[in-house]
Amino acid sequence: MKPFDYVRPGERSSAHEAARDGGRYVAGGTNLIDLMKLEVMTPDTLVDISRLDLDGIETVDGGLRIGATLTNSDLAADPRVRRDYPVLARALLAGASGQLRNKATTGGNLLQRTRCPYFYDTDTNCNKRTPGSGCAAIGGETRNHAVLGASEHCIALHPSDMAVALRALDATVEVEGPDGAPREIALPDLYRLPGATPHIETSLAPGDLITAVRLPAPSGDRQVYRKVRDRASYAFALLSVGAVLRMENGRIAQAALAFGGLAPQPWRDREVEALLTAETPSDALFEKAGEVLLAKADPPPGAAFKLPLTKRVLKAVLTEATQ
Amino acid sequence: MTLDLKLDAPDEANRADDLVQGVLGHENERPDGLSKAIGAATYAAEPRPDGLLHGFLVRAPGIGAVSCSNANSVREMEGVRLVLRDPRMIRNAAQGAANEAPVQGVDRAEYVGQPVALVVADSFEQARHAAQALEVEVETDDAPVDPEAVTAEKPDGRQTAQGDLDAARRDAAHVLDRTYTTSSMVSAAMEPHAATAEWDGTRLVLRGSLQMLKYNRNELADSLGIAPENVRILAPYVGGGFGSKLGISAECVAAALAAIELGRPIRVVQHRRQVFEMNTRRSETRQRIRLAADRQGRLTALEHEALVSNLPDETFAEPVLQGSHFAYAAPNRALRMHVARIHRPAAGSVRAPGEAVGVTAFEVAMDELAVATGIDPVELRLRNIPDKDPEAGIPFSSHRLKAALSEGARRFGWADRPSPPRQRREGEWWIGTGMAAAFRVNAIMEAQARILLTGDRAVVETDMTDIGTGSYAIFQQIAAELLGLPLERVKVRLGDTELPPGSGSGGSFGAASTGTAVWMAGMDLRRQIARALACDEADLTLKDGTIIRGNTRRSLAEAFDGTVLTGDGHVQPGDAQQKVRQATFGAHFAEVAVSDVTGEIRMRRMHGSFAAGRILNPRTARSQCHGGMIWGIGMALTEAVTHDRRDGHMVNRDFAEYHLPVNADVPPLDVHFIEERDPWAGPLQAKGIGELGICGAGAAILNAVHHACGARLRDFPATPDRVLAALV
Ligand SMILES: Cc1cc2nc3c(=O)[nH]c(=O)nc-3n(C[C@H](O)[C@H](O)[C@H](O)COP(=O)(O)OP(=O)(O)OC[C@H]3O[C@@H](n4cnc5c(N)ncnc54)[C@H](O)[C@@H]3O)c2cc1C
Repeated sequence: MKPFDYVRPGERSSAHEAARDGGRYVAGGTNLIDLMKLEVMTPDTLVDISRLDLDGIETVDGGLRIGATLTNSDLAADPRVRRDYPVLARALLAGASGQLRNKATTGGNLLQRTRCPYFYDTDTNCNKRTPGSGCAAIGGETRNHAVLGASEHCIALHPSDMAVALRALDATVEVEGPDGAPREIALPDLYRLPGATPHIETSLAPGDLITAVRLPAPSGDRQVYRKVRDRASYAFALLSVGAVLRMENGRIAQAALAFGGLAPQPWRDREVEALLTAETPSDALFEKAGEVLLAKADPPPGAAFKLPLTKRVLKAVLTEATQ
Repeated sequence: MTLDLKLDAPDEANRADDLVQGVLGHENERPDGLSKAIGAATYAAEPRPDGLLHGFLVRAPGIGAVSCSNANSVREMEGVRLVLRDPRMIRNAAQGAANEAPVQGVDRAEYVGQPVALVVADSFEQARHAAQALEVEVETDDAPVDPEAVTAEKPDGRQTAQGDLDAARRDAAHVLDRTYTTSSMVSAAMEPHAATAEWDGTRLVLRGSLQMLKYNRNELADSLGIAPENVRILAPYVGGGFGSKLGISAECVAAALAAIELGRPIRVVQHRRQVFEMNTRRSETRQRIRLAADRQGRLTALEHEALVSNLPDETFAEPVLQGSHFAYAAPNRALRMHVARIHRPAAGSVRAPGEAVGVTAFEVAMDELAVATGIDPVELRLRNIPDKDPEAGIPFSSHRLKAALSEGARRFGWADRPSPPRQRREGEWWIGTGMAAAFRVNAIMEAQARILLTGDRAVVETDMTDIGTGSYAIFQQIAAELLGLPLERVKVRLGDTELPPGSGSGGSFGAASTGTAVWMAGMDLRRQIARALACDEADLTLKDGTIIRGNTRRSLAEAFDGTVLTGDGHVQPGDAQQKVRQATFGAHFAEVAVSDVTGEIRMRRMHGSFAAGRILNPRTARSQCHGGMIWGIGMALTEAVTHDRRDGHMVNRDFAEYHLPVNADVPPLDVHFIEERDPWAGPLQAKGIGELGICGAGAAILNAVHHACGARLRDFPATPDRVLAALV
């Protein structure tokens, strides 16, 4: 771990100032500090945002506004979340461990970095860590790498469970620039696919502070989160599906489906959703949805199993959500 | 005078059952439990001697010739005291009972992850940062890392054959030919390998996290090139070892060298990622098992062939076939061991080396035979129990597999089981049950112990370790039982090479071996007491600190007013090993649920019935069995080190990615002990229990998976991707 300075401002303006000077925000630290110990990340200054009063949660315009430093545990336990956004509560509780969730925050969870083992290993090449150095994962162990949205420069996954649920819930992110100017970014616009620049993971500029996540009123009352993993708890997803559906007269009136464990970002495919909309549920329909979802899939050798797995799980999730 | 015992003949006296204090064999708490719970027990990295400096090991990023071009500039970094690259540093941890230095040197890396330097600084953080700044250049050569890609060695003495296998197969009603694979695994003890070294100019004192101190002292002295008398090792508490701390590890030698060089105390703790790489892993295995049976399911031929791997110059080869030598009767048999020399991190003993993987694969094969013959799996095993060692022809010292199978089946409720697979379903979950037998070789090793008796207070002393197993509890009980003292009057001192050399902790032999030495020391004291009272030791009744003879009663304290009596005990193996085959036995039962959608497996319950001679303390014994059964879950379902196919490095070398079973993976575990006394095990008539619980446990689980959903998993662990492939 490289020596670093640490500041813990009590005002947002001082946080912005510290960020302008090159500081990096730290919230729960459960991801950043691990990466610093391994010198995968080497910030000179940490700006602790835990005292900025960003840990509230409030009802706004029929939706929710979730503070950036609210812990994953508190968010999952909020009665409004449990009642109206169960897909989010379940996704949160399917992630990490109780101890980690007590520290992990909304903003930190969204911005946690990939768990690709080569990214974590500074003795191997990684285009995310050192642009242009190459990707050691390609040709290496690829059991939990991306089957969609990857590039020849990077095949790493986004590991978050929470972000998958947020994606299905059409969340937006409130951000303040280092000059204090606020803006709102729709979740799909927050993440960027790796392409030739896998080190650029989001559309945030240095010093941008996530202040909150906004959820509109839920678009459907049938919500399912299903996660497949290597042990019963405390493992990242091999695959996860967040589904928010509304049924009308036995037909699917609206479907929002987001996937984790498949791509460099929580994945959503409008074509799949369109295919389902206005249709009567059936096995054939759900199987078709899986075909369409994976039409462009290009799994590395170790991750080929994700294709049949995704089809089966998608079918089970849709069956559950439409019953 | 030391009271010696050589195990040449059975113990007919069985004195332990006649003693009256009533603590041996009881559910006593660990005397060290409280101090561990409140943090008062100090582990190897916890003492903070004045002037302590901190070292951090540096790993090789490739295989080949190593150099460090920027060592001088790293030496100039803040707080840095030393960049050590000493040819005496060791390549990997020593094998168990090596008693001499393992392979040494830093100029060539034989595997990715080999320690090639130590950086010492004022603080841990400075040392780690400087270690990360040290550039290690490797002139990579193309050393083989895939065990399947090299021509394996076929070591002499590890190939046995009896009878005519071809003929047996030709005449058999049923034949089976299957190949199973298991993955590299690690011990993953909670406490990382750590050492604090102090050097006073002639003597080295090392606080280490080690299992077998009498050997460790010689290994360390030999590595450093100093006399063993000038090395003292302290390891009173060890936070788990499971084989990975049998021999001295890299941080011990590196810390000692730095302490000698700088004349300051040095602490070196392996980073969790180093714990994976620098010690010893359990080798991956490929096992081909061929069975032939008659119509009644009696085995007529048994073949077991194993491929394992290790680094060049390592003597250890995972003894996969160890259980197959004696588990089942079959007149025609062949066991073959193949060793691939490759450049993955070193392989060595990991809890139940041999049987953990060998019995597990074999017991899946037995289940496949049960399915093929239509014979109930419990019954199939009962029909194949040998009446003597099937190879050597010698009798078993005691053999209670039959009781374990029958009693286990009864307690688990095996009789209700529908025999065909795919009979029970709850929603998307297939439910099934499976079983397996457990086998583990047993040995009593040489050990010494001493008891100092002052009035009615005793102190037991030996260099034996307690690696979380319960040595403190067991020795306290043995001494208290013999001397007729309440438990709290007996203190136990362990883990110091100044004390009489015990057996060390390994191979399940600790409690029975060093326990027997403690017994002999206690017996020595009883004889001294009897002599002083001019009576026969056998007529002496000691209870609650009093001496009872006929109808007279006297307190020990009064009788020996102030004098310190010293009892010395010594046990060593003898001819018993040639006269009888000694082993422990058991039966595992498991119920699982398998998702038809995802291939995920969830444990529902497990039962194990185990026979291991006298159970010295059911609480600590049960805890060992629970641990073993949980290891079985890991082996069957979750645990695998993945080696990068290009350079063999361990890809998933931390606890986020190496999946040990967590609480949610572990169902209710039920353990039952079969009453047994093994007279060939000496006066305690106790055998080892520390490893039996793992042997075969994973097979019961995978056999249950087959029963649940019809998928036969032959590659361990059965992760969802593999189950899914077998399901469809
Ligand atoms: C062993 C282990 C297992 C895990 N398992 C799972 C799992 O199964 N599922 C899962 O989803 N997650 C899992 N996690 C990841 C965990 O959810 C994340 O580490 C956590 O959510 C990160 O939140 P944090 O507040 O600690 O972030 P930090 O570590 O503090 O920060 C992470 C990143 O976000 C930036 N950041 C934080 N807050 C802000 C902000 N408000 N504005 C701008 N930038 C910000 C930081 O600069 C840093 O780059 C696991 C983690 C571990 C260690």
